[in-house]
Amino acid sequence: MSEHNTTSSGESHGSVSSYIIGFVLAVILTVLSFAIVVTHSLSPSATILTLSLLAIIQVVVHLHYFLHMGGHSEHRWNNICFVFTIGFVSIVIIGTLFVMNNAAVQMMSR
Amino acid sequence: MLGKLSLSAIPIHVPILVGTFAGVAVVGLAVLGLITYFGKWGYLWKEWFTSVDHKRLAVMYIVLALVALFRGFADAIMMRSQQALAFNGSPGYLPPEHYDQIFSAHGTIMIFFLAMAFMTGLFNFIVPLQIGARDVAFPFLNNLSFWMTAVGFILVNVSLFIGEFSQCGWLAYPPLSEKQFSPGVGVDYYILALQIAGVGTLLTGVNFFVTIVKMRAPGMSWMRLPVFTWTAFCSSILIMVSFPVLTVALALLGLDRYLGMHFFTNDGGGNQMLYLNLIWAWGHPEVYILILPAFGVFSEVVPAFSGKPLFGYATMVYATCSIMILSFLVWVHHFFTMGAGPDVNAFFGIATMVISIPTGVKLFNWMFTMYKGRVQFHACMYWAVGFMVVFTIGGMTGVMLAIPGADFVLHNSLFLIAHFHNVIIGGVYFGYICGMNFWFPKVMGFKLNESWGIAAFWFWFFGFFFAFTPLYVVGFMGMTRRLNHYDNPNWYPWILVAMFGAVLVLLGIVCQLTQLYVSIRDRNLPENRDLTGDLWNGRTLEWSTSSPPPVYNFAIVPHVHELDAYMHDKEHGINTRGAGEGVQYAPIHMPRNTAAGLSAGIFAFVLGFAAIWYIWWLAVIGLVGIIATVIIRSADKDIDYYIPAEEVARTEQEYSRQLMAQAAE
Amino acid sequence: MAHDTTIQTAGHDEHHHESPVVFGFWVYLMTDCIIFGTLFATFAVLRNQFNGGPNGHQLFEIGGLALETALLLISSITYGFGMIAAHKNEINKVIVWLGITFLLGLGFVGLEVKEFIGLIHEGAGPDRSAFLSAFFTLVSTHGLHVSFGLLWILTLMVQLAGTKTIPERMMSKLTCLSLFWHFLDIVWICVFTYVYLASMI
Repeated sequence: MSEHNTTSSGESHGSVSSYIIGFVLAVILTVLSFAIVVTHSLSPSATILTLSLLAIIQVVVHLHYFLHMGGHSEHRWNNICFVFTIGFVSIVIIGTLFVMNNAAVQMMSR
Repeated sequence: MLGKLSLSAIPIHVPILVGTFAGVAVVGLAVLGLITYFGKWGYLWKEWFTSVDHKRLAVMYIVLALVALFRGFADAIMMRSQQALAFNGSPGYLPPEHYDQIFSAHGTIMIFFLAMAFMTGLFNFIVPLQIGARDVAFPFLNNLSFWMTAVGFILVNVSLFIGEFSQCGWLAYPPLSEKQFSPGVGVDYYILALQIAGVGTLLTGVNFFVTIVKMRAPGMSWMRLPVFTWTAFCSSILIMVSFPVLTVALALLGLDRYLGMHFFTNDGGGNQMLYLNLIWAWGHPEVYILILPAFGVFSEVVPAFSGKPLFGYATMVYATCSIMILSFLVWVHHFFTMGAGPDVNAFFGIATMVISIPTGVKLFNWMFTMYKGRVQFHACMYWAVGFMVVFTIGGMTGVMLAIPGADFVLHNSLFLIAHFHNVIIGGVYFGYICGMNFWFPKVMGFKLNESWGIAAFWFWFFGFFFAFTPLYVVGFMGMTRRLNHYDNPNWYPWILVAMFGAVLVLLGIVCQLTQLYVSIRDRNLPENRDLTGDLWNGRTLEWSTSSPPPVYNFAIVPHVHELDAYMHDKEHGINTRGAGEGVQYAPIHMPRNTAAGLSAGIFAFVLGFAAIWYIWWLAVIGLVGIIATVIIRSADKDIDYYIPAEEVARTEQEYSRQLMAQAAE
Repeated sequence: MAHDTTIQTAGHDEHHHESPVVFGFWVYLMTDCIIFGTLFATFAVLRNQFNGGPNGHQLFEIGGLALETALLLISSITYGFGMIAAHKNEINKVIVWLGITFLLGLGFVGLEVKEFIGLIHEGAGPDRSAFLSAFFTLVSTHGLHVSFGLLWILTLMVQLAGTKTIPERMMSKLTCLSLFWHFLDIVWICVFTYVYLASMI
């Protein structure tokens, strides 16, 4: 019965207002990202940092308002899978950059 | 119209291939003829090819794996005999371009189509039964996965007779595998066969993960999960996180070859080491995907034949999970020599050594399980104890290779070859064959002949040591892998010993075939029948069903009260099946068989074959066919049926009668 | 007693059979996430390998990117409205919202194809440099996913047309597609941030 909520009960699949809140937040965050790049208002490294921060916030907004992830107990395994995947993707990305940069520096290929 | 395909692609000038083709054709025609003669096509179609029953798919996977074993072993013994002959000026009988295809095919087939298929077969048979489920979560996808794997294997074998196979080793490192240096179709066969089989494997991973998370019988909490299922769970997770990386690595190599991109090329800013990085980010988890289920098999077999519960269940679970996590963090040890600095190599070297700790925990657990137990030396136990010996040696040479300094000396030498065969044969192969001996009666309803099984073990065991110990020695002497010929007289005697070992292994395989033949021939002898369904006084739920189990597995889904659920029920006098006088059975909801998996598989074959030969119109047909199959399937409303309660009752009463008759004897 | 357990377990089991589709699809999406993660890692390694060719700063246009992003964002919310209609069993509304989503997605794919053709005409095709290989592969993998989503939307629209109710199997298909569609949106956030905007600084 607990599974039922994900497909047909009212609370976990969002409402018009929650979609609109999510949409407005997403638009604001996207516009901010674009604006920072277009106006060149920050130094390059600060721009990258701010862009990353905005992207992470926007991903969270999408996960919450559009994909309806949250603390519902019936979503427990969805959340576990997601966290595990993020962990593994981080290992692949950070590990690859660590290894490849180190090799490039050592081999003076860059 | 036919792309690159022309008559010149058929290697009629290579006598070995013509002979092989004739052999395959004769055997193939004989098999087809026999099936036609006995009128079994309808039976095969209805009961096997289109089946979504996990037990049927398991058998098909294992048959596929055994066929792959013959192909892969034929390659192996050709390599050994080539090296035994091609010494001191003699070219041997295999020219380099043929020899290189053989070692590439050997590795590819043994890992992807012997080991992976065998493992998936074991998962399919055992996992649903052990968790008290009636099937896997997605039975149709299960059938589709099988056909994708089979199509991959068929493509590899088609390359024998039409065109060529890759000559770039089992992982096809660039730049050798780039168009510039391998302009033929060999690498394309490799890429497409693995991509198609990879889809099947990925779906299998998702399927078993969801099955284990969502379909456990009531009461089966995580710490009551049988160890084999735990290992299947961790393997499935590893499949899901690592196979996408393989897909990407092979796809990028394919884009380099087909569209002239520059991911791994020498020019254009490409970076070959990136390929190594990606392929091993898959490849290292892959070996743990294979070995974890073998550990699971031993964790079921050793307690059953020691008459004791498994020593240290919880530590076994934690060890499995920590191996799963650690296996992500070690991939660089396959290319320490690429020129990364000491921080990178030290990190990955230490992470590699750390893996030996949970593995050691497991070994001690199995030994403590046997300690003070009533150990029966059934054929399964030979494989299990043999594993402990062989695998420990392989593990120790692995720790040696994990030291970056030592690896600089031993990289790509035969020492490495000896090491990984030591863990893969001693661990994975011994484990799966052990599992086959253990669960065969459950699958088929009759036992495997034991004396032939033990004979097979001894040939494999000694054959292994004769074949691979010399490779450690010549590895230290500087002999590198994949040599077509050589003239160092110091290596020669060792290579002859290795050849002798390969012959012993061949005898081991002959014993295994004989074992199968004798067991099938004598299947109706009363002492070979498994009427109780619980031959080994088993501990887990699969032994509570009849052998072979009914299509629905459990008429009444069992309630789990304890770890080793079935043993608990036996000790407390609980009837796990819920059978008895006046039990009301409910109709059982089952998935219906479907030809959609086979259809998608055939179109995948068309797509793969056409893409290999640049026959683009045919590739489009294949792609459209796959999509159409999926859409038609999604619109199909007739996907399930109910087994009527009366039929369930009839089957269950029949089994109860059989059990009672057995108890009375 | 035995009778009771039978009924209960049968009911329980029934339940088990229905639910795993959406979860299974979510798990599949996670594997897709790893595909994208690996492509991002590849792009990150190769992002400065221009081979004497053009770099992102010279190639990318912020106007087209903004339009693409807008189309995809709006399509997310229109699909969401479609899901709300589906939960209320208003099939015609579902079809209309799916149709709007389809058009927005088609616009996105069209813009992307236009951008690619432009780049190839400028001599900045995927075979020009490792940077462009990685760029084309990452972005077109996302584009292919969107195109596949479009095909899926069409299929569901056809299957929904003329029906009176939305059975559970259909509902779980719509839910899976919604996960897929919103997931692609998330991937796009990473694409426009790390591939486009980060190259334009």
